[in-house]
Amino acid sequence: MPDYKKDFPLLVKEPTIYLDNAATSQKPECVLEAEKGFYVNHNANPLRGFYPLSMEATDIYENARKKVQQFINAKSEREIIFTRNTTESINLVAYSYGLSNIKKGDEIVVSIMEHHSNMLPWQMVARNTGAELKYLECEADGSVSEETIEKVITDKTKLVACGHVSNVLGRVNPIDKIIKRAHDYGAVVVIDAAQSAPHMGIDVSAMDADFLAFSGHKMFGPMGIGVLYGKEKLLNAMPPFLTGGEMIESVTREGAKYAELPHKFEAGTVNAAGAAGLAAAIDFIEKIGFDVMEEREAALTAMAMEGLKAIPHVKILGSENPSEHTGIITFVIDDVHPHDVSAILEADGIDVRAGHHCAQPLLAHLGVRSATRASIMYYNTEEEIKALIDSAATVRKRMGYGE
Amino acid sequence: MENRSFYNEILTEHNMRPDYKHDIENPDYELEGVNPSCGDDIILKLKVDDNGIITDGAFTGDGCAISQASADIMLGIIIGKSKDEALKYGDIFFRMIKGEATEDEIDSLEEASVLRDISHMPARVKAHPGGDVRG
Repeated sequence: MPDYKKDFPLLVKEPTIYLDNAATSQKPECVLEAEKGFYVNHNANPLRGFYPLSMEATDIYENARKKVQQFINAKSEREIIFTRNTTESINLVAYSYGLSNIKKGDEIVVSIMEHHSNMLPWQMVARNTGAELKYLECEADGSVSEETIEKVITDKTKLVACGHVSNVLGRVNPIDKIIKRAHDYGAVVVIDAAQSAPHMGIDVSAMDADFLAFSGHKMFGPMGIGVLYGKEKLLNAMPPFLTGGEMIESVTREGAKYAELPHKFEAGTVNAAGAAGLAAAIDFIEKIGFDVMEEREAALTAMAMEGLKAIPHVKILGSENPSEHTGIITFVIDDVHPHDVSAILEADGIDVRAGHHCAQPLLAHLGVRSATRASIMYYNTEEEIKALIDSAATVRKRMGYGE
Repeated sequence: MENRSFYNEILTEHNMRPDYKHDIENPDYELEGVNPSCGDDIILKLKVDDNGIITDGAFTGDGCAISQASADIMLGIIIGKSKDEALKYGDIFFRMIKGEATEDEIDSLEEASVLRDISHMPARVKAHPGGDVRG
């Protein structure tokens, strides 16, 4: 197996076993260089000046947008809005589209699996408009039946918000069916792709999503750069989210004429270095290839699940099938609090996440207060997964319980 | 991979078999401590008589071994003591986990002194819902 870690300076330097990839991925050298290179060689405020340096900065920023457009197969660059992260992308849709298009008596459907960042904005819209919030429930294994989709998405539904991949269960949701059903009733669909964008190819045109959001930092890019994809027709009709610099054509004492897409939604100085880093991350993914990454992640996930399942008192949330986990393994150990599980794993040099994973309603739905999550990236190794299994097997004993 | 007890055995024992983890009726004080990073929730209930003596106390809720054991151990210390004494122990406890208490002060905490090591675990000190124990 090739040494995939060599591309990641932190993984080369640190002996840590990093299994918190769903929280944020490590960054390859090329991304760090691209971000630094912007400041070292091209730093000027993009979209402002007419001098060469500012033009260079503008080109780098707009070329990054083009790269993202191609990466997710959007029809036009005008459909790609740069934000800080997935949370900001979804809030943009909620404040701009949600508050101006949803009315009292309408229904908003949100999947129970959502990360709080694709749930709280819709609770806000429901509160402010008087619309009703309905939840699309999942089974214990994370599956969502066609019957459930048909029951909850109706002619009253105006908007559906659903994750592509759950950050707790790792399961790919049936978004094709959800989008089809929503469109049959004239509703728009917001897809949270934060957990899918780092692991699988996304084609927004084939998917026919109305809005789709993801973060750069989970897919090898820098923190502080995120993407909102929106259909041009929808984005055009929406009011700005934030107002101020760089998003106008002209301003008078009375008001302003807003800039065209996509700049209408990018108020203030943009994160051009972050965009340069994200473009480098996309190049990096394309160089490695999703097919190679997916194969490695599937093998490591299968190994981890098999090993953890064999330990008495360990229960894995979601599907029994490793191919339905996208590298995310969330588990509980009887009688041991997840913070203690993670403290023990941490003592053995393994970085995992413990807590509610910003998905409290899902954990409540599954009857779990909190859990430990190991999340795998293609650069992880068999040795690291073995260390996870070995350490997890000692947890109950080290907490004073028998086997 | 070690197989010995991860935490001090006194802590582990209080976590597995707490003396004061139950509900009490008609408490004089009821305090809830929430840890927003994990959604943990501990509810502390105390009975205090007219002379300001803590006559009974108990806790319910969910949390890590450190939070469970510290609630249990501190209840053992403060039950039967006055409110002022309990607050004094609470203050020493907090300074201990921040690494600021003297050796004599730590000794005065008896069993709770086993929790001194969490001063080396910054995330735990911050997350620790021991505020409940202050009464």
